[in-house]
Amino acid sequence: MGLLTNLKDSISRVTDGLFAADEPKRIGIYGPPNAGKTTLANRIARDWTGDAVGPESHIPHETRRARRKENVEIERNGRTVTIDIVDTPGVTTKVDYKEFLDHDMEKDDAVRRSREATEGVAEAMHWLREDVDGVIYVLDSTNDPFTQVNTMLIGIIESQDLPALILANKTDLPGADVQQIANAFPQHETIPLSALEGDNMDEVYTKIAEYFG
Amino acid sequence: MPGPTPNVDGDTSSDHDDGVRIDMISGARMEGLTGMEKIRLILDGVRDGNIVILEEGLSPDEESKLIEVTMTEISPDDFTGIEIETYPKAETNNQSFLDKLMGRKSAQKLTVIGPANRIETLHKDENLISTLVSRK
Repeated sequence: MGLLTNLKDSISRVTDGLFAADEPKRIGIYGPPNAGKTTLANRIARDWTGDAVGPESHIPHETRRARRKENVEIERNGRTVTIDIVDTPGVTTKVDYKEFLDHDMEKDDAVRRSREATEGVAEAMHWLREDVDGVIYVLDSTNDPFTQVNTMLIGIIESQDLPALILANKTDLPGADVQQIANAFPQHETIPLSALEGDNMDEVYTKIAEYFG
Repeated sequence: MPGPTPNVDGDTSSDHDDGVRIDMISGARMEGLTGMEKIRLILDGVRDGNIVILEEGLSPDEESKLIEVTMTEISPDDFTGIEIETYPKAETNNQSFLDKLMGRKSAQKLTVIGPANRIETLHKDENLISTLVSRK
């Protein structure tokens, strides 16, 4: 009886593994607030599915819930890579509703937004530990990448042995410094792009297929 | 083995209005604590307005949970979160295969954590963390 049970468990593990290999990988789009994560997620989703993932905004913490776009089929070099894109809220260690008041928001709205933002960051951290198979880490290349949040998140991603692609976004803006990002995380490949303008997306898709296919 | 007491000397009061309290916690004190006990120790201190300095820092998994728990505790006009700084990590590649296999952490570094509304990092490089701590 025990032998049969063990055999059944073994077969089940093998078949589960076979099916799991065919399932789309969940790729989390992570990074600090306002790095352009949703702009990138929308760019990818529009290019390959025709739909968007969520609204974009210059106000921090526009994305306050992780949003998943399933079955995004990216064609590269004659083969198709299918992934689920998970657009996550920008990660931070602090949220103060008073910062939203600077964006012409009433106090009640600012407090609500900050509460949702904190829930979203907690959710994003949970996804990172439990539910993603790879990470696209998006940075604003006009900002200093040597921040504690970036250092911690890259450390967390590395500790989970997740494949990670670093994207230096907003290269269309004056002051963009891709090399600074490459220097900050030399153990990872850094790809420049402008998600807003669609610049260098070909290389981004090639790398997505290479890293997560 | 030290227990998960929130403050180093058992004094949970934060009535030291004339100064800023700094708790410097040794690696030995943190060693026997679970991840959640470490996070509680840090956040209880920080929420009292203290600056917490960890001799050996946290593991990536503990850092992840610290961010998550911090987010759940933020409330308007009370607690806006934490500021945290460590020296930039040395190449994690210097962790040997055996270290990884045994779950041993290497290159853990001194970490400074404080209330976001009271601590501001002025400068950080591989050898220096310079912070400005304001009174309440």
